[in-house]
Amino acid sequence: MAPIVEVSNLTKTYKGGFQALGGVNLEIEEGEILALLGPNGAGKTTLISTICGIVTPTAGSVRVGGHDTITDYRAARSLIGLVPQELTLEPFETVMNTVRLSRGLFGKPKDDAHIEKVLRQLSLWDKKDNKIMMLSGGMKRRVLIAKALSHEPRVLFLDEPTAGVDVELRRDMWDVVEELRKTGVTIILTTHYIEEAEAIADRVGVIAKGEILLVQDKAELMAQMGQKQLQIDIATPVSTLPVSLVDRGLTVEESGTRLIYTYDTRAERTGITALLNDLQAENIQMTDLSTTQSSLEEIFVGLVKESA
Amino acid sequence: MNFAAVKAIYLYEMARFWRTLLQSFVSPVISTSLYFVVFGAAIGSRIDQVEGVSYGAFIVPGLIMLSVMTQATSNASFGIYFPKFIGTIYELLSAPVNFLEIVVGYVGAAATKSLFIGVVILATAALFVDLEIQHPFAMLAFLVLTCISFSLLGFIIGIWAGNFEQLQLIPLLIITPLVFLGGSFYSVSMLPPVWQTITHFNPVLYLISGFRWAFFGQADVPIGLSLLAIALFTGLCLAAIAWIFRTGWRIRQ
Repeated sequence: MAPIVEVSNLTKTYKGGFQALGGVNLEIEEGEILALLGPNGAGKTTLISTICGIVTPTAGSVRVGGHDTITDYRAARSLIGLVPQELTLEPFETVMNTVRLSRGLFGKPKDDAHIEKVLRQLSLWDKKDNKIMMLSGGMKRRVLIAKALSHEPRVLFLDEPTAGVDVELRRDMWDVVEELRKTGVTIILTTHYIEEAEAIADRVGVIAKGEILLVQDKAELMAQMGQKQLQIDIATPVSTLPVSLVDRGLTVEESGTRLIYTYDTRAERTGITALLNDLQAENIQMTDLSTTQSSLEEIFVGLVKESA
Repeated sequence: MNFAAVKAIYLYEMARFWRTLLQSFVSPVISTSLYFVVFGAAIGSRIDQVEGVSYGAFIVPGLIMLSVMTQATSNASFGIYFPKFIGTIYELLSAPVNFLEIVVGYVGAAATKSLFIGVVILATAALFVDLEIQHPFAMLAFLVLTCISFSLLGFIIGIWAGNFEQLQLIPLLIITPLVFLGGSFYSVSMLPPVWQTITHFNPVLYLISGFRWAFFGQADVPIGLSLLAIALFTGLCLAAIAWIFRTGWRIRQ
C-alpha cells in the first residue's frame, strides 16, 4: 500500500538564509502513530507546517493521500487535521462555534451529529457552550483537537501535544491518542519527551538540525534499548572460557580480565543468577560487577551529537 | 470554489456582529444624533440652505459615508488582523481554501456590517429631517459599492498591519481627514477657489458627491466622474489583493 504521507527531499530556507529543513525524506504509513523526536529548533514544527501548507517549501514535495500539497492542495489539505503547538483560539468564541467554523473551512457540510461525537469523545460535550477563555489549558488543547477532527481527517498532526502539560494530563492525552488510533486515523506527533515516543508511537523518527537522522520501528528501537550489559571483572585473566560457560553467551575482552554478558531486561529470566553460580562453580574470582544500558535517550543524544 | 468555507467564515464573522449588536447599532445612532444636534441644529440654523436643500438634510449623505467608510475599514481590518495576532490564522492557511474565498468571506461580512450601519444612520436621520431620495437605486448601488471597496481596503490594512497601532493608523490619519475634507458637511462651492482646486484631489470627494447626487440630484462633480472614481478605487483594492494572493505577502512564509 502506498504511504499516506510522502515527503520527498523537502527543503525550507527562510528569508535571511536560515535553513530549517535540509532535504527531508519521510514516508508515513496509513494507520500508524509516528513520533518525531527532536530538540527545540530541530525543524519539527517547520516540517509539519510545510506539510500542512502554512509554510511554502523552498524545494522538494509532499504528497498526502497521493495528492501533491501544492498543485492539488485542496484534495491534500482536506485529508489533514492539524493541532498546533500553541493554544491558538479566539477567547470570546464558544467551543461549538469554533469547531463548526473548522468543519466549514474544510468544505464539509454542517453535521452537528459528527461534532457531537467528536466533542463527546474528547469529554468536551458539556463545555460546548462555554467561552474558550473559561477553559483550562488541557481543555483548550482538546478544543484544538476537536477542531482538527471536526472535518474527519485521515491524517492528524499533533505538534507537541504535551509540551508544558503536567504528568496526569499527559497520560490523559496519550489515552486520547490511543482512542483516535482505534478510529483508523494516522497520527504524527512531535515531542521532545522520549518517554512519550516510547509510550504511544509505532515508529520513532529522530530529527535534528532540519534532517531526519533515523526512522525506526519502536519495537526494534526498544529491543536495542532493552539490552543491558553486565561487566564482570575477574582477578585472574582467562584466555578461553571454561566449557561450562561457553553456551552462556559471554564474551571475553582482550585483556582477559573482563567478561561481558548481554541480556534482555524485559525477558522472564535474565540468566544472571545462573551465570554467577556457574562462575562460582568454576572458581573464577570476581573483583567487580557493573551494568550499562543503551537507552533511547542515549541513542538519541548520540545521533543528535553526531549531526552537530 | 469552496462555498462551505466562504459561508463558514461569513457566518463566523457575522456572529461577532450579532453578539455585540447593542454597540454595533447604538453607537452609530448616538453619534449621528450628535452630529445632527451640533451641525444640524446649532450651525444649520445659521446656514439655512445649501444648493436648495436644507442644511440638516444636506449633511445626511456625508454622515452616512463617514460612518460607512470608517466602519467598513475598521471591521474588515480587525477581522483579518485578529486571527493573525492571536495565531488562529494557521487554520485558514492549512484549510483547503484559496485566498479569494478568504477575501469573499471576510470582506463580505465587513461590507454587510457597514451596510447595516449605513441603513441605521439613514433611518435615524429620517427621524430628524425630511429626506427625499431621487435616485434610490443609484443611492443603494453607491452605498453597497462603498461598503465593499472600503472593506477591501480594510482587509489590505489588516494584512499589512504588524501591530494594533498600525491597524488604527490609516483610518485615523488618512480616511477620517479625507472624509471630513471631502465635502461631508459642506458643498465644495462654499470654499475659496484655491481650496476648491485642492479638494478635487481628494478621492473621497467623488464618492460623497455621487452619493449626494443620488439623494438630491445635485453634486459637486459630475456623476460620471463619481462612478469612475468608485470603480477605480475598487479596482485598485482588488489589484492589491490579487498581488497579496500571488505573493503570500505578510501571511505565508
